[in-house]
Parts: sequence; structure tokens; C-alpha cells
Amino acid sequence: MEHRPGMTGQETNTAAAEAVSKPRIAVHKFASCDGCQLAFLNLGEDLLALMEMVDVVHFAEAGPVDPDAEVDFAFIEGSISTPADIERVKRIRERSRYVIAVGACATAGGLQALRNMADAGQWMRAVYAEPGNIKSLDTSTPVAQHIKVDLELWGCPVNGRQVLAAVRALLSGVAPAEEHDKVCLECKRRQSVCVMVAKGMPCMGPMTRTGCGALCPSFGRDCYGCYGPAENSNTDSLTRRFEGLGLLPDAVARRFLSINNGAPAFNDAGRKLRE
Amino acid sequence: MAQMAAAGFSFLQRGRFQQLFDVLQEAGYRCVGPRVTDGAILYDTVTKVEDLPQAVRDRQAPGHYRLESSKSELYFAWANGPQALKPLVFKPRETLWQCQAQPSRGLQFETVPPEAPATAVIGVRACDLAALRLQDRHFIHGPVVDPAYLARRRNLFLVAVNCTHPADTCFCRSTGDGPQVTNGFDLLLSEIDAGFVIEARTDQGVDVLGRLPTEGATAKQLEAARQPIARGAQAQTRRFPTRNLRDTLLSNLDHPRWQQVAERCLSCGNCTAVCPTCFCHSEGDEPTLDGSRSEHYRQWGSCFTRTHSYIHGLVIRGDTRLRYRQWLTHKLGTWHEQYGRSGCVGCGRCISWCPVGIDLTEEIAAICASAADA
Amino acid sequence: MPSSETFYQAEPYTLHEAEIVERLQESPTIFTLRLRFTDPGIRSAYRFAPGQFNMVYLYGVGEIPISIVSDPEDPFLLDHTIRTVGRVTRGMDRLQAGDRLGVRGPYGRGWPLDKAGGRDVILVTGGLGCAPLVSVINYIIRRREQYGRFVLMQGVKHSDELLWRGKYERWSRMPDTQVMLAADVAGSNWPWLVGRVTALLEQVSIDPMNCIVMMCGPEIMMRTAIENLLQRGVPEEVIWLSMERNMQCGTGHCGHCQLAGKFVCRDGPVFCYQDVKAFLGKKGF
Repeated sequence: MEHRPGMTGQETNTAAAEAVSKPRIAVHKFASCDGCQLAFLNLGEDLLALMEMVDVVHFAEAGPVDPDAEVDFAFIEGSISTPADIERVKRIRERSRYVIAVGACATAGGLQALRNMADAGQWMRAVYAEPGNIKSLDTSTPVAQHIKVDLELWGCPVNGRQVLAAVRALLSGVAPAEEHDKVCLECKRRQSVCVMVAKGMPCMGPMTRTGCGALCPSFGRDCYGCYGPAENSNTDSLTRRFEGLGLLPDAVARRFLSINNGAPAFNDAGRKLRE
Repeated sequence: MAQMAAAGFSFLQRGRFQQLFDVLQEAGYRCVGPRVTDGAILYDTVTKVEDLPQAVRDRQAPGHYRLESSKSELYFAWANGPQALKPLVFKPRETLWQCQAQPSRGLQFETVPPEAPATAVIGVRACDLAALRLQDRHFIHGPVVDPAYLARRRNLFLVAVNCTHPADTCFCRSTGDGPQVTNGFDLLLSEIDAGFVIEARTDQGVDVLGRLPTEGATAKQLEAARQPIARGAQAQTRRFPTRNLRDTLLSNLDHPRWQQVAERCLSCGNCTAVCPTCFCHSEGDEPTLDGSRSEHYRQWGSCFTRTHSYIHGLVIRGDTRLRYRQWLTHKLGTWHEQYGRSGCVGCGRCISWCPVGIDLTEEIAAICASAADA
Repeated sequence: MPSSETFYQAEPYTLHEAEIVERLQESPTIFTLRLRFTDPGIRSAYRFAPGQFNMVYLYGVGEIPISIVSDPEDPFLLDHTIRTVGRVTRGMDRLQAGDRLGVRGPYGRGWPLDKAGGRDVILVTGGLGCAPLVSVINYIIRRREQYGRFVLMQGVKHSDELLWRGKYERWSRMPDTQVMLAADVAGSNWPWLVGRVTALLEQVSIDPMNCIVMMCGPEIMMRTAIENLLQRGVPEEVIWLSMERNMQCGTGHCGHCQLAGKFVCRDGPVFCYQDVKAFLGKKGF
């Protein structure tokens, strides 16, 4: 009996069964910059191992194209921003056993969700010579607003560690461990010096979800919230603190209304400041 | 100061301080000491006196820490930065054991031997020695000994330095843990302009001291060493009303102050991470992608997280009021039941490094004040 | 059980491989894994006391604390009854006979059987709270003559959720043993009480000076039951309960399971009511 890499070690299948039961994976793209797909492509050796373990049936950026294939795991990058997106994402749901929304666009609507708070038509007229040719929704929204999403990986972009942990857990048939603690905990575990306390920088770490490894503070810069809100985020208190550091209300609002402006905790905090 | 008047104090001239590093390194120790890094004084590997923070002093206030240059020649004219000894013994993250999945579908477990290099720490303050004793009680003097902590603790050589420049956030005098170092060290230094008054407390300390080019300390040197410690103690203004706050806190669980502090608290856990006695940690597993091996790790956790109090489907402390209250009632209250004293050593780190500057001595004062009214 | 406390102390993080000998589906969401250490040396060295728990590890996913349900006289086979709730239990739910798990333990303090001799023993359990007391039932049944009356009360939300109906029927036929069951909501074929388990207490006579009470279940249920017992003159020091908190290390180090000054994994999970009463039902503890 061959050990079967890719499964938990609990399961023993024959070689024939293995060929049949290789999980099928699709990576779909909506309104996004493709950066999260790079988290897959930049996996290095792990990417080769992954390709051995799964059948990648659709991943346009990497080669295979079969958007309507039935799959076990569908990873979705990007936000829903056109009428066609809505139809496409529903089709994906119907053909996928498990749907994973990947990155800030797919989980919160992305930077482009800023248009949700503006007159999208006016923006379009300002940018395009023939806006009538563009079929775009007035809003950019997360995938979960349109279909049932089984798992969300937050981050802009997500990183290889997150992707690998998620894939590994899914292959083992369990949910990945949740990560919704604050960046501060990871920052302190790295023994980085707090940039807010020691440099007076308006760091978003105390309300941003961990997962990035506290990357920015480790380079001496303030977190800008690209992993979205952590659980139990006290945006009012952090707002007061940022104002105490000398930020004007609009500057504080911009801290919240950035990459994850569509995430409710950040959106509420930012809007409150602009009222 | 009775002990300092006694014989047995040596003196090492400032110009010969490098010899301490040399002797320790020759004895096989990696030297760890204070270094200015990213705008703060951190403990890191040091090999020479020039690595130490000379002519630097700190300004600390709630939610505020800055280094400034000073004209002082002294190496230790500053109060503690964000770290204590904690990361050296209780690592922020480490693998405890790992498991291999066998082709036969068996599981093979291996404990991972802890990394425990012989380490000499130069510049340890009284508050951190008190905190180390508490962590010792937690990790190695209970019914179960933590092997990783023990291995690293055994390999520590502690060069304490009496604190002469407490920060505004310090209150070790109130907790009874400083600024004078009284025990728990191998060598104790008191820095004066001309050099260091040195005392050895352990066999290893005596051994290292014997290899240093010292002379006998004079009464004048001893007095010069004593005075700034006493001045530092006098300069501390923060305090707790009493050392045992257990009953006061537990009888004020519904005090409105808990809600007020929750409105400021970010529940970010910075206070627990910089606290030299906080021991909470969470465990997790990191399997390799191919599933053939999995590591089981532990990492610093915090009672300010949701997962800390999770039991299948239920979170016992869902909001910040309950989390902050848990931290303080444990640290200053129920800690007495567990370890025979408070869990606070007065280092003030949780005050300086709280992003919004919450000061636990203020919170305690508020709770105790109206508790007394009632 | 002298050896159980020392078994893990020298090597607190040493897990031992155990094989699933049998998997029993107890209800749609509850299953029992019957485990056996694969190393014969571990098998013969391992002992546990009723009420203790093991940390059980699902490969690559995580560890969870699970009380040992089986008979302490037969430590070769360790039964763990598990409700599918979180990511680890969901993963364990899919295991079958022949699969392997990691086990370390046993941990914690068990039930005060040394204090129960000659007394009436009253067990009050709710939901899956019956699991940590099954080993007590087995223990007492083996030594039935050493105890007074034996009263088993178990409550469930819905009658369909009753586990071990056959066992309860068998236990009810033991000498001087009273089995009382209650369901908040009952389907057909439920000859027992429809109502709360605490209502069963009203129906039973208690000799307050010669009994010992052991309980496990939702805290609200235990508090209501304790109120009733105290009113009837049962002294606090004979009321024992098994508590549940987040336990990750089992050794009293990780700090998650604290209940005020107690570490539930180390000082419990079984406590005398006197020792936890100040914090029982207190929000946030």
C-alpha cells in the first residue's frame, strides 16, 4: 500500500483510486489586480508539489482554461463589479463543491469599492470617452454578497503561507484554523518595536487581522490595514488616538477607507468621520 | 543597603568593562544585552561595550516611548524597553513536537529538543528578575515542568544592573520589586561614573568575577552607587493602593470603570505581550503541504483574543470589558492564589506600550476609590 | 490510581500513537472512538481515574481535550465520546477503525470516589455531560456493595438525543439503582419525564447527610440543580462538578482554561462546589 502524499496519512487508497480522486481545483479572476493569483504562482517548490497533488483545471494566468469545469475547490480572486460577474460567480458556485474567496477584492470589494460611496456614473464619465460602452455595476462587492462562500482568505494580496495552509486543510477535509487576532500580537511575537508608541505613526495594527506576519512594522512602517478588520475592533478609540497623533478627521478616514473600505468595521468608522 | 556596606564588593573600572564581555564569551556564553534598535532599547546579541546604549536616555509616558541623546557616559542610564527576559526563556513561538505520517498509516511522534544556548544577559533589572521568578514558578515549579523553558532557564547567566533611571511609567517601588536588585542574579553591577561596583551571588558568578581585573570597592564608591538607586525609587510616582487587590477586584466585577476602560481598550494584546509575567500561549499545527509531516507549535497568546476563551461554539469573554477585566483580575487578583503574590512587578511596560496609553494604576485607583466609598 | 498522575509528567509533550479499534455513531452529531495504544509498553503502563481526560490529536489538524468514557478497570481500550462542533471534531468524525490518532494524558483530577464510600451516590448530568460520568458508573457498579443508593439522572434537550438508552435500561436493573431520564421535548416512545433534568431532583428523596452528588452538563443546569440541593440541606462539600474551559496544553501552562484562580485542566476538571461557587455562572469567568 503506497503512502499517499497529499492526504492526511489516515487514508490508504490504491494507485487507481488515487488517480480518480485527485481533487480538482479552479482559480477564477474577477475585478482585481491578479496579485493574489501570484500567491499561488510564487509558491516555488510547493507549487510543483501542489501540481502533483491536485488537478488544476482552470487557472487562466497559469495556463489551463476551463471556466465551467466542475471542481472540488474554486478559488475566487476579485470583486463583483459587472452584471456579467454576477452570472459568472453563480455558475462557479453551482459547479464547485467548496468556494474560497481570496484577497481583499473578493472578501471586501477591494479598493474599487470606493465607488460604492461615490457617484459611479460621474467617475465613469470623467474617465472614459464613451462611457455608454461600459457595462458596469454601480458597486464593487465581495463574493459572499452574491453566493455562499465556504472560506475567506483576507489580505492584499494574500500570501503563500495562507494559501498553503488553506489548501492543506481542505485536502485533509477540515477547515483551516481561523486567523482573526490583531496584527499587534504577531508584531510583538516578532519582537518588532511598536511604530505607534515609539515613532508616533498612525498604525492600523491594533484593528487589523493577522496573517501577514506583521510585515510593515517589521520594516519600521505603519500597518495600513490590508488584511481587513480583526474581530472586536475598537475603531472609535483608534480614531481618537490617530487624531491625538495630529491626523485631521479626513486623514483618519482615509486610513479606514482604503484597501478594505468595503469591510463593515472600516466602512462604518470611515463614514462616521466624513459625516 | 546593609548588604552593600558589607565586605565582598568589587570594583571594575569603566575602561575595563569590555573584559566582562570577553570573560563571558570565553566561558562559552552568547552575550545578550541592551542595544538601540529601531528607536528603542532591545535585548540582542552584544559582543563589545560599544554595542551598549551609551549617551542615550528614554522618555516614557502612557502610550509613548522615545529615545533621546544625553551627555551621560553611563551605559545603563535608561529604563527598560519593551522586552523583558521573557522572550529568552519563553519564546514567542516554538515547535514542541512533530509527527510523521507513516506509509503504513501510522503516526510517529518526536519531541523537538529546545534550542537552549548558554546565554549571559547583561543589564537585567530588578523588575525583570522578579518577573523571571514568577515565570519560573509557572513553568518549572508547578506539578508539570516545561522542558523547553527549563532548558533555556538553566543556561542563563544573569548580570543584573541596579536601576538608576526609572521611567515615568515605572512603579517597582510600589510592588516591592525594585529598583534595588536583591536576589536572583549571578553578578550584580551598580554603575557609577568611574565604573562598576560588582557583587557575585552564585558559584558561576564568583567564577566570572574572579577572572575580571577588579579591585576592592571603596566605601565612597558604594555610596556613589547607592544614591542614584534611592533617588530613582523616590522619583516613582505611580503606585497601587495595596499589594493584594484580589478581594477588592473580585468584589467589584460590575464596577462601571470596566466599561469605561473598554471604550478605550483596543483589545490588541500589546500589554500582555510586553508584560514580563504573562504566560498565556496558544497551540497550533502546521502540516507540510504534502501531508507527510506536521509540526505542533506554541506561540504567545493573549486573554484579549476571542479564541482565548473559546469552548466549542461559545466564547466566554466576547467583549473587551470582560477581557480587560480578566487580565487585571488575574494579574493583580487571582494571581495571589496561584503564585502567592501579585503578577505585576511594576515595570510599567503595559502603560508605555499600550497604543492608547491605558494606565493600569489609574484604573485600579478608580476602582478602589469608589469601592472605598461604597 | 497512583500512576496516572506521574505518567505524563516527565515528558509532558510526548504523544503516543493510538489506533481506532471501533467507531460508534451514537447520534447524528455524536460518535465514540474506541482507542488502543499501539505500543504494548504504553498500553500496560497507562492508567486513568474516572473523570480524567486525554488530549487527543488529529494528525495535522490539532489536539482537543476529551474525557475518558470507558471503564478504568480496562485501560487497554479507551473510549472517547465526541460531539462534532469545531474543526478538529469535524475531522475526527470522518475517521474509521484502523485510523490512528495521537494521545497524551491522562490529565486533571477526577471524581472523588474515595469520598463516596458508604454514601448514596447521585449523578446529575445534562446532554453530553453524561460522558465524563460513565466511567464512574462502571466503577461503582463493579463495587456496588461499597455504596448506598445509586441515582442516575440524565437530561437531554430532545428525547432523540439520549445516548446509551440501552445502557441506562441495563443500569436501571442493577440493585438499588434508580435511573431517571428527562427530555425538554419528547418524541414518541419516551416513558420518562418531559421537562428539565432539575425537575427530576424534585421527584427523588435525598438523605442530605449521607449522599454525594456528582454533576456535569451545561452550567445553567448545574446551578439550578445545586440551588435545589442546597435548599434541601445537602452540604456544599459533597457536591462535585466537572467544568469545561478551553484547554490547549493540559498541564496548567497555556492559561486558556482559567476559572478565576483555578486552572481547570490541572486543578479540575472535577471541582468541589465550594471551590468554584464564587465564579459559577459569573459572566466572563
